[in-house]
Parts: sequence; C-alpha cells; structure tokens
Amino acid sequence: MSASTSTSGAIPGPAKDQTVARALGRRRHRTNLIVKTLCVIATAIGLLLLASILLTLLWNGAAGLSLTVFTNTTRPPGSNGGLLNAIVGTLIQTGIGTLIGTPIGLMVGTYLAEYGGHSPLANAVRFVSDVLLSAPSILIGLFIYQLAVEPFGGFSGIAGCLALAVLVIPIVVRTTEDMLRLISPSLREAAVGLGAPKWKVIVLICYRAAKDGIMTGILLAIARIAGETAPLLFTSLGNLNWSVSLGAPMASLPVTIYQYAGSAFEDWVQLAWVGALLITVGVLALNVAARFALRGRS
Amino acid sequence: MSTTMSSGQQEQRSGFAGGVQVRAATGINEPKISIEEVDFFYGDHRALKSINLELPDRQVTGMIGPSGCGKSTLLRVLNRMYDLYPGQRATGRAMMDGHNIIAPDMDLNALRARVGMVFQKPTPFPMTIYENIAFGVKLHEKLSKSQMDERVEWSLTRGALWTEVKDRIHTSAMGLSGGQQQRLCIARTIAVRPEVILLDEPTSALDPISTLKIEELIDELKHDFTIAIVTHNMQQAARCADQVAFFYLGEMVEVAPAAQLFTAPKEKRTQDYVTGRFG
Repeated sequence: MSASTSTSGAIPGPAKDQTVARALGRRRHRTNLIVKTLCVIATAIGLLLLASILLTLLWNGAAGLSLTVFTNTTRPPGSNGGLLNAIVGTLIQTGIGTLIGTPIGLMVGTYLAEYGGHSPLANAVRFVSDVLLSAPSILIGLFIYQLAVEPFGGFSGIAGCLALAVLVIPIVVRTTEDMLRLISPSLREAAVGLGAPKWKVIVLICYRAAKDGIMTGILLAIARIAGETAPLLFTSLGNLNWSVSLGAPMASLPVTIYQYAGSAFEDWVQLAWVGALLITVGVLALNVAARFALRGRS
Repeated sequence: MSTTMSSGQQEQRSGFAGGVQVRAATGINEPKISIEEVDFFYGDHRALKSINLELPDRQVTGMIGPSGCGKSTLLRVLNRMYDLYPGQRATGRAMMDGHNIIAPDMDLNALRARVGMVFQKPTPFPMTIYENIAFGVKLHEKLSKSQMDERVEWSLTRGALWTEVKDRIHTSAMGLSGGQQQRLCIARTIAVRPEVILLDEPTSALDPISTLKIEELIDELKHDFTIAIVTHNMQQAARCADQVAFFYLGEMVEVAPAAQLFTAPKEKRTQDYVTGRFG
C-alpha cells in the first residue's frame, strides 16, 4: 500500500448500497435461525433419550428397592434374594482394578508428556494406548483369560481386577498426557529457574497444576469399568454365593444384571433393574462428589 | 567491555531525554558477570551476535530494544534456561566468579540457585503462599520449621508483600492479585538467596501502581543483588537502571550509564530508538 492512497481517505470500490446491506443482513438472520433451530432439536433428542433411560431405570429400579437387596446374597428364584455379593464384588473389583491401573496409566502418561516427546518409542506407546482405548472390552477379557485364568486353573476375582485395570490404563494415559501438556511452559520454567531438578518439577508442580484434569480422567475410568460386563465374563465369571476371595470366582453387578435380566423369573428381572439403578446412581454420586470436592478446594 | 568501565567514571549528571527523567549517574561497579563473545542459536537462526557485556556487581543493568532483538534470549543464557529446549545453544563465555556459565559441565541446579529469574507473567505455583516460598528453599537447604518460618517472613518482607499477606500465608497463592503474585515470584526468587536476579519484563502484565511497587522493590534489592532487567519501557529502564544496554537485531549496540545512554548516545541507532524514531 502506497502512502498516497492510505492517507487520501477515499475507499476504493463502488459506494455502499443500503438495500444490498439490508438483504445480506436478513439472509444472515435467516441462516442463524435455521442453524439455531437444528441445534436445539439435536439437543432435545439427546436429552429426551437420556431422560427416558434414566426415568425408566428409576421407575423400574425403585420399585424393587428394599433393604433385603443390600442384606441378602443372590438366591434361587422365589426365595427373597438380594444383591449383596454382587455389590461387594463390584466394589472390590472396581477398587482394585483402579488401584492397579491408575499408577501405571499415570506413569505412562507422564513418560509420554515429559520424556518421550515424539520419539519412535513414545509414538508407538501412544498408538498402542489409543488402540487399547477403543478395543472391544471382550477382547481384554479373553486376553486376561489366557494370562491369568487358564494358567491358574480357574476363574478368579483377581483376574477380573486385572481385566478392569487394563481398561483403566489407556484412559488415564490419555488424560494424564493431555493435562500435563496443557501446563504452560512458564510455570515449568519458573520451577526450573529456582534450581529444581526435572522430576521435582513434574511431581511437585506439574501434578498439582494438572490435578483436577487427572482426577477427572480417573473418575471417567472408574465410571467406565464399574459398568463393564464383557471383560468379567471370562475372568471373575460371577458367583451366586457369598465370596470375597480373590482366588475364587467373584460376583459383580454387571454380570448379575446380564444373567438376571434375560431370565424367566420375575424377581430376578426385578433385581436386574435394581442393580442397573445402583450402578448408575453410584457412578453419578461419585462424579458429583468429586466435582464438589475439587471445586471446594480451588 | 572497556567502554563500560571508562564511561562509568566520566558521566556525573542527570538530565532529560525526550521528557524521560534519568537517574543521576553513579559509578559503575566491578562486573559480577562478564559476557564475552556470546552467540546464540535457535536451530540455524543466529539470535545473538558476539555479545560483550558486563553486569556490574549490585547494580541494575537495563536491557532495551525492539521485540525480537535478543534481550530475553541473553537473560535465558545467564541461567541456562535454554537447556530445556533441544535445538537451542549458546557459544562464547559468560564468566561469573571465574566460572563459565555456558560450560557444558556447569551444575545447572546450583547455577539457578545463584542466578534467579522472574518472568513476564506472574507464575505462582498452585500451592499456598508459604509453600511457594519454601519450595525453592527446600531444594537447596535443610531448614527447621522455625528457620523456614523465618526465611518465609524475611523474603516476603523483602518482596514488599509481607504486610499484605501475613494473615493468609497458608492460603492458595492463586488468590493473590496479579501485582501481588509478581511480588511473590520475586520473594520466591530472593528466598533462595541468589547473587544475581534476572527480570524478564517483570511489569509488562501489571497496572501502573503495581509497576511502581516493583520498581521501588528493584531499587531496594540492588543493595544486595546484581540485577538485570529486560524492559520495553524506556522510562522504566531510565528509572531503575544504573547502566543500560541497547540491543538491535541480535547485536548489543551500545552500553552506557543510564544518564549517558538516554541523553548522549554514541550510536545513531541508539539515538533513533530512545527518541522514539523507530522500534
């Protein structure tokens, strides 16, 4: 741009036509209205489906809710059975699965974000982790079956824990890496500038700064494995009797739901509804509680 | 190198340059750090070209120049911050107490304890005010609880923040205002008891009142620390610095006592920049 045109003040091109400007404005308004309507409809469909699922679950589940659900173990049809062994089994397997999978996922995610960069090894690990993230969970069950069921001669609770841990790992890997990468370089430089070695920067500064995000990832992982059925079918199998031994087959809510929901007995179907409601409410409560705790601190 | 020393003795006047008040020139002290023939490379790009500069002991060196001229790069050489990034390297010598900072066998964590840095944007750690200060101290010293309490109070006092936060040092540092956060970062740097403090545009994200507080702080701190401050604000350089270095396109064009650089620069490029003709 030469100095003469920029200072003369005349704008090149034809003069502004107000009717064209108004027509363009109307068209913009129309387009906006159409897109907005489509968005609202899409949101409504999603919300309706979700509300319908939750309401049906609440309606059918609440009907069968009673104290015996929590005090009695699974029993033959018609003998006032509960879900105690399944509830405890799910708590144990989800808990141990999370405890095994989280540290591994955390360390792998840290390696990818802080040390691996884009080296061939890091890229390979990232690729495998992403494949694992979307792998059908029944494959994970079969994998653990080969590894921890067949060699030891039987289904066991610990095999179920391992299968769930394998599911936890890629979720925690992804969120840990993403959250660590979001930390601004200036925060790292500030810590490094005080003379902190790299591992202290990661453990004392980066983990703290990324805590909320990493916690969210772990919660997502718990929510995911709490409702998994397929990986447990080949590992902990399910157990109609009371058992908390990790060496023996162990009951779980999802597997019990799977077995009961398709049965011909009315009280079993009813218990399946209750089980589904319990998992949903449990995961929801965990999320709400965690969100509340995280917000309370920051 | 020699220009710094000789010109330091001659100018003993204060004056105005384009409405800028300039501090009266005092003598320039013996160098704490001598930068000799330093080149810096971002990959193949040569960002610093044969820099020679001395940072006088317990005085303030201001570094001015247009964006991208290499001021911040030079600061990042002095605490080897560039080591974090592969592809960045420096050559030449930066001598501090007889040791070359740029030498490959330099103990980086020990160096950074001696050469502290404060950044453009306040960078409080996500922890309490107390823990922010204690973090750096714990890296280099073993102190008892009472000794640490004492150190935290001392550094917050030196950082001109103690009276404002003494009732809430165990609350999160993220709740402080921007200006307070920056003073916390300065206090955190002082707490490690460095010998040199590098300030990389420490007030560019702050309001005028906070800026004033930081400038007063710099004036106070130079009795104990050697300070280098990068700034885009020439008034700030004039107010704070004992000597000012002008950088342009990766070169150190001129260094002189502040009064001289702003009132009677030797180089045409310096004159054009300080009078606002370009940059």
